[in-house]
Amino acid sequence: MNANGTVFKYGNNVDTDVIIPARYLNTSDPKELAAHCMEDIDKTFVKRVKTGDIIVGGSNFGCGSSREHAPLAIKTAGVSCVIAATFARIFYRNSINIGLPIIESAEASEKIKAGDEVEVDFNTGKIVDKTTGETFQGAAFPPFLQNIISNGGLLKAIQNNKL
Amino acid sequence: MGMTMTQKIIAAHAGLDKVKAGQLVMAKTDLVLGNDITSPVAIKNFEAAGFNDVFDKDKIALVMDHFTPNKDIKAAEQCKQVRTFAKKHGITHYYDVGCVGIEHALLPEQGLVTTGDLIVGADSHTCTYGALGAFSTGVGSTDIAAAMKLGKLWFKVPSAIRFVLKGKPSKWVGGKDVILHIIGLIGVDGALYKSMEFTGEGLKHLTMEDRLCMANMAIEAGGKNGIFEVDDLTMAFAKEHSTKPITVYKADDDAAYDRTIEIDLAAVKPTVAFPHLPENTRTIDQVGDIPIDQVVIGSCTNGRIEDLRVAANLLKGKTVHPDVRCVVIPATQMIYLQAMEEGLLKIFVDAHCAVSTPTCGPCLGGHMGILAAGERCVSTTNRNFVGRMGHVDSEVYLASPAIAAASALAGKIAGPKD
Ligand code: SF4
Repeated sequence: MNANGTVFKYGNNVDTDVIIPARYLNTSDPKELAAHCMEDIDKTFVKRVKTGDIIVGGSNFGCGSSREHAPLAIKTAGVSCVIAATFARIFYRNSINIGLPIIESAEASEKIKAGDEVEVDFNTGKIVDKTTGETFQGAAFPPFLQNIISNGGLLKAIQNNKL
Repeated sequence: MGMTMTQKIIAAHAGLDKVKAGQLVMAKTDLVLGNDITSPVAIKNFEAAGFNDVFDKDKIALVMDHFTPNKDIKAAEQCKQVRTFAKKHGITHYYDVGCVGIEHALLPEQGLVTTGDLIVGADSHTCTYGALGAFSTGVGSTDIAAAMKLGKLWFKVPSAIRFVLKGKPSKWVGGKDVILHIIGLIGVDGALYKSMEFTGEGLKHLTMEDRLCMANMAIEAGGKNGIFEVDDLTMAFAKEHSTKPITVYKADDDAAYDRTIEIDLAAVKPTVAFPHLPENTRTIDQVGDIPIDQVVIGSCTNGRIEDLRVAANLLKGKTVHPDVRCVVIPATQMIYLQAMEEGLLKIFVDAHCAVSTPTCGPCLGGHMGILAAGERCVSTTNRNFVGRMGHVDSEVYLASPAIAAASALAGKIAGPKD
């Protein structure tokens, strides 16, 4: 499986309140949530994002609340992968559980720039910045988590008796 | 190599003699928590997965605390969805308006969580119950859908930072100042993926309210959980509030820690976290002249009776500054009642504070005190992210109930004077 898209770049500590502000949490409809994705950090994100695009953040991406609405909004907005130096832990598990591909690489997070065209190979963890030609090695998931992801998320893994 | 306190609780709940940091395990959950924001997503996923029964109707708590009393039609629909699910499955611990309190104040008070438990909640501040010597951590909605079905969940065993507390805090320093001081020290990702274990002789000077407040904010340092070594105070609290069996887990003497940090409580000063991160701390003598528009005293961090007593003590016989709206929110109905019986509510109303029924309300920018562009609020809550309490150009300063009350009187950020 691959992701392929244009990069939206943000800094460290991108929190769940800017990914999807609490004022929109009176709904759990993914489309409504996606319509306000990143609104408090980047008003133009929703207008510019195309299916397949990639978000690159710094350290502690997704910190703050446990709202699954955050990875859900990002996924529904069309984002195919989030690359960050590190992820906040609840965001990390939520992403795995709902099937939003995420990958940790401090180097990629530092060097990839906004607007670059980037390709990610989830099987190998390889990240290629096609604009600059640079490649980075992201951390691949351990087998336990790969099992959840390949089953299509936590609940599917339970339904398939794979947990 | 021995295990940390957290590792021991996880091992016991996973049915293993030993676990080590980084290991992925399935562990049993003693309680699964959801609220009016996260449960609807969990229920939707639970039903979409075709699950038709829960693992144990007595071990699930559904707490309608964030946007209640329903702030709008959509919020009402969300609560209705959870209420229907709770009725259908006979969920014992369903809390709605009239009985509800802010979840992390309510669960310890009602004895639904106790020492030695493993608790997961679809709310990041589920780490609060570490104050009781439990392992509790925030997870997502899909996680609680799975845990409501299976009674167990996957965990990555965390390593830990040990905080050795010594000395006695000075008069106006409480749990809030200590934890803000620690977050200022290690940063908002200083404990990422890790446990924060609190121990040392200084523990004896921290009340249960102090500890609950500190464990509550472990997530603001990126921590997986915050946990306190069990002492007499913990045992007394557990016995007073809960009939559940208690298990005491103690870290091994040779447990491995990533870091050990000594905190001299006597040296901690009243502390304020500036916008827009809890790590932007300054001691009260360094804040300068910052006029404010609103004060919020409440939340799962500082909405307990001791917090209200501290605030009332400072507000007694005075009125808040004419330019300040002060909103006081007792965290549970029991706290509300106690504050009424002790005369605290009269003090607040006489001082021109608005006293609200228990709700998360303004803490997450829901309702009951939203900020306009350019406005500043001193709040006893736990997060000051951009737009947390309203407009993206508003500002939240995190502080103790003492600083919040003193600031309400002064019309600017101020500490209490002796
Ligand atoms: S009071 Fe604030 S931090 Fe606590 S549970 Fe409610 S919204 Fe979350």
